[in-house]
Amino acid sequence: MQVNFTHHQSAHCENGVASNLLKNNGLNISEPMVFGIGSGLFFVYLPFIKVNHAPAISYRTLPGQIFNKLASRLNLKIKRQKFSSTTNANKALDENLKNNIPTGLQVGVYHLSYFPDEYRFHFNAHNLVVYGKTETDYLVSDPVMETVTTLTHDELDKVRFAKGAFAPRGQMYYPIQIPKDVDLKSAIIKGIKNTCRDMLAPMPIVGVRGIKFVSKQIRKWPIKHGTKKANHYLAQMVRMQEEIGTGGGGFRFIYAAFLQEASVILNNEELKVLSKEMTQIGDSWRDFAVEASRIYKNRSAKEDAYNTIADELLDIANREEIFFKKLKQAIS
Amino acid sequence: MEKEKVPQDKSNLTKNNVKELLYATDENGNYTTTLSTGWEPKTIALSNSIDDINERIAEAKMQVETCEASPICYYMELNKMDLTILASYVGLWKWRVKRHFKPANFAQLNDKILKKYADAFDISVEELKNIKTD
Repeated sequence: MQVNFTHHQSAHCENGVASNLLKNNGLNISEPMVFGIGSGLFFVYLPFIKVNHAPAISYRTLPGQIFNKLASRLNLKIKRQKFSSTTNANKALDENLKNNIPTGLQVGVYHLSYFPDEYRFHFNAHNLVVYGKTETDYLVSDPVMETVTTLTHDELDKVRFAKGAFAPRGQMYYPIQIPKDVDLKSAIIKGIKNTCRDMLAPMPIVGVRGIKFVSKQIRKWPIKHGTKKANHYLAQMVRMQEEIGTGGGGFRFIYAAFLQEASVILNNEELKVLSKEMTQIGDSWRDFAVEASRIYKNRSAKEDAYNTIADELLDIANREEIFFKKLKQAIS
Repeated sequence: MEKEKVPQDKSNLTKNNVKELLYATDENGNYTTTLSTGWEPKTIALSNSIDDINERIAEAKMQVETCEASPICYYMELNKMDLTILASYVGLWKWRVKRHFKPANFAQLNDKILKKYADAFDISVEELKNIKTD
C-alpha cells in the first residue's frame, strides 16, 4: 500500500511536513512561507524547566502551532487526532493510507532508528509524514532527511507513543479542505504582525526581552554554578539553537528567505531591505555560537569570556528589537 | 550567510551520510537552499553533552556497585532519561520511582513492577536485576 507523495527536504521538521503535505494537495507553498505565515520565529527562556539537565530555551513556538496558524490564516481545514491506544492509532493511520491520504505525525525522536545515535534524545516535538505501508514497515518521509526512509511497525508505535514532555499520544494530522484561491497577502501580514508582537512582548522571558534576560544570566553562570555546569548550560544552549535547522541562525535565515518572498508578493521594497538585515542578524547568531563553542571546548571559564559572549547576545537582542519595530512599521 | 560560506565540517552526521539543509544567499543576494555536512561548534556542543551523559552513566554504575543506588538509576542514565521521563514511561508517580532508586526498596519490588521498568528500558527483567559489570 503506497500513496503518491513527493518528498522535499527542509531545514525544520514542522515547516517541512506542512509544506510537503500542502504541496501534495496542490497548494504550492515553500518552507519559508509556511514558517513566516505560521509565525514560527519565537524566543522563550524557561529557567524553571530543565531539559537535559540545563535550563530550557526555546527558539520556536509550541509544537503544532505553525501549521495551525498557517491553516487559520489561509482558511485551510486540518484534522488532528490523538489516541489513547496503539491499536486505534494504527487503525486510523491504515484507514488514511487506504484512502490515499499521506498523514503527518508528531513523534518522539528517541526511537527513530534512522537517526544517528548521538541525535536520539527524549524530544517529542518532531514531525514526519507516513505515506505507505508494507508487510513489515511503514514508509516514512522525514523532512530533515535527504530521502525517504522506513520504520518497522513496532518502531512507529514507539515513536508515536513516546512519553515525557509534549507526549505525542499518537497524534496524526492532515489537511481535509483546501480552498481554490488562497489570500497570501493578508496571511503574510497577519503572520508578520504576530511575530512582531511575540518578539516585542512586554514579558521578561519572551522575545527580545527574553534574549536580554538570558544574556544577564550568562554573566552569572560561572560564579553561581561553577565552570563545569556553566559550560554544560552553554553547550545545551548552542545545541537548542543550531541543531537540525532550529533556533538562532538557522531560523533567522529561513525568516529572511520568507521576507524576500513576501516582498515580491506584497510588492514592498522595504521588506527586501529588512530581509538583508535579518540575514546579518542570523550571521551574528552563528558568530555567537562560534564564540560560545570556544568556551566549552577549552573547558576553561574565565569570567571574561562569559561576559564577552553575554555582550554579544545583548547586542543581537538590541538589533532585533530595532529590526522588529521597523518590520512592524513596514507592513502597517 | 552566503552559500560559499556554509560550513562543511566533519560531524556525527557524516558517518550516517546525512546532510542537513540550510537557507543561504547566492551571489546575487537571493535566498536558496544548500546542504551542509556539519558545523564544528555544533559537533563540539553535541560531543560535550555526550561526554556528560557518559560521566553520569559511569557514576550511576559505580553507585550500583557500591550498593548506594538500584540498577534503575543506572538504566535511567543509560537511556538518557531523567526522573520525569522515566516516571511517565512506567506510569508511576515520581515519588514512587524515586523510592525505587534505593537498593533496599528495589529488592522488594514484585515482578509486575519490574516488568514495567524492563519494558521502559527495552531489556528483560533478568538484565534489570543483574547489571553487567565488565
